[in-house]
Amino acid sequence: MLVVEKLSKVFGDLTAVDAVSLAIPKGQMVGVIGRSGAGKSTFLRMINRLTDPTIGTIIYEDREITALKGRDLRLWRASCAMIFQQFNLVERMDVLTNVMVGRIAHTGFTRSMMRSFTDEDRARAIQALDRLDLVPQALQRAGTLSGGQQQRVAIAKALVQNPRIMLADEPIASLDPANATRVMEALREINRTDGLTVLVNLHTLDTARAYCDRIIAMRDGKVRFDGTPEALTNDTVRSIYGTEDLAGEFDEAVTSTSLNSNSLQQAKQAIGA
Amino acid sequence: MNGLVMTALSPAIQQFETDYAAARKSALRINLVSTVIFAICFFAAASMGGFFDMTDVTLSNGDRVSMWKIWAGLPRLGEYLYKTLPVLHWETLGADLANWFWRWKVWLQLLLETILIAYLATLLGVVGAFLLSFPASRNLAPNAFVLNLTRRYLEIVRTVPELVWALIFVFCFGVGPLAGVLAIGLHATGALGKLYSEANENADMRPVEGIKASGGSWFDQIRYGIVPQVVPNIISYTLLRFEINVRASSIIGFVGAGGLGQEIRVAMSLQEYTDLSALFLLIFVTVIIMDTVSENVRHRIIGLTGKGV
Repeated sequence: MLVVEKLSKVFGDLTAVDAVSLAIPKGQMVGVIGRSGAGKSTFLRMINRLTDPTIGTIIYEDREITALKGRDLRLWRASCAMIFQQFNLVERMDVLTNVMVGRIAHTGFTRSMMRSFTDEDRARAIQALDRLDLVPQALQRAGTLSGGQQQRVAIAKALVQNPRIMLADEPIASLDPANATRVMEALREINRTDGLTVLVNLHTLDTARAYCDRIIAMRDGKVRFDGTPEALTNDTVRSIYGTEDLAGEFDEAVTSTSLNSNSLQQAKQAIGA
Repeated sequence: MNGLVMTALSPAIQQFETDYAAARKSALRINLVSTVIFAICFFAAASMGGFFDMTDVTLSNGDRVSMWKIWAGLPRLGEYLYKTLPVLHWETLGADLANWFWRWKVWLQLLLETILIAYLATLLGVVGAFLLSFPASRNLAPNAFVLNLTRRYLEIVRTVPELVWALIFVFCFGVGPLAGVLAIGLHATGALGKLYSEANENADMRPVEGIKASGGSWFDQIRYGIVPQVVPNIISYTLLRFEINVRASSIIGFVGAGGLGQEIRVAMSLQEYTDLSALFLLIFVTVIIMDTVSENVRHRIIGLTGKGV
């Protein structure tokens, strides 16, 4: 159980995250939605402690995460893997080493500096790559891979961290629909098979509906909706995205990156395609 | 008339035309002002530097005239250079060359010493600069105190010229190449540290964040997030520095810190003009060879680092 209590982050005059309180049970797949600047990224980064909260606490299984320091903090980051929109891989380094870097928190100083990982770490890394169908690319430079492949390398790296929570910050925003689907499928598979808690920031509503057990919607740093995808009505969506001034229906298909979105199919039927 | 012109311009486009004219006008004004400021600075600096100083010269017909120093002095430069030219005859070329490079055994030995000083000094400089460049980078320094401390240190060691460090080290460690190695190495640390840290500051921070998010320490973040990105730059700067150090180590012999410099100094003070041209030629050829080799090595290594370092 991950518990967040009155978590806030202030940047100068801007309150990016404003007193957010939530509890996320183990094994849930949670989608965080909201328009750009709603505080989704800052919220996720605070859980991993890449960003320190201004006030508030994060508690994971009776441990106060917000109080961790030094080695404990690094171990927490390892057990709470983060996937980024821009993949954040070391592009000039081969794929295998990029994945083995997931073991960095458990690797001693000398071994780390010499880039000499243990055989066990290498075995874990290649197994993770196998799970994501990337073994043939293992010795290529990460920068030579396509965006979708790089994102799956990042997921493999997250997996070898042996995490308990996986955070994904707009993981499919830089990908085409086919790759976006593969990445979302991989996240769901990890959630179902390994029972990992997955928190994913999305800006496409239909993706959140399709993959998540629970949707949290943020606006101006506050949680405006928290519930099942079914409970998320059109009116709620309008208030979250601030499209009250837009006339007519808010069409999820317009922003969709999905290949087989329902609304897209309806649109096709309507024009007789 | 075509239809485009006939169509009435929309208010937005008319507004744009007004704004555009205003932007052009202000750009021209800024250009004019900066040109004038630049010209004033140029003339001020040139007159302080003695560019417009006058001197009296006696012409061939015996008249004394006053003219700009720079014009009066230019012929003397030619005179000096002419004196350094050796007398070579086609029939006696071998003997003339032998005469020109009469101390070639000593010179070659000193040339080797010069290159070795440069090599060792570059090595010292690279190690120091590499280690210090990370705390000296604004985006990587753990805190402001460490950042300022390392930056000031690098500034101090590179502000003091090699020749001054050499004087100090000759005083400490005596005449010889050791003083030269330390002097050039210290200066190179400062110069390279600045360049390396700039390369670090231009590095993409996303991989660093990727390592941090996986639980990497500061050292891990640098080792994996920064080093692979900056290695090509480091190699480039290092080879360039090696060339600069070869030139530096051929001069520091002036103050007794080893290398060819002591021969140059002797030749100058004894007015052995042809010796000077011979020594200059030796250094010139060496630098050309270094330049060619280092460029080849650089390209090859940058190609190789594709596999990651």
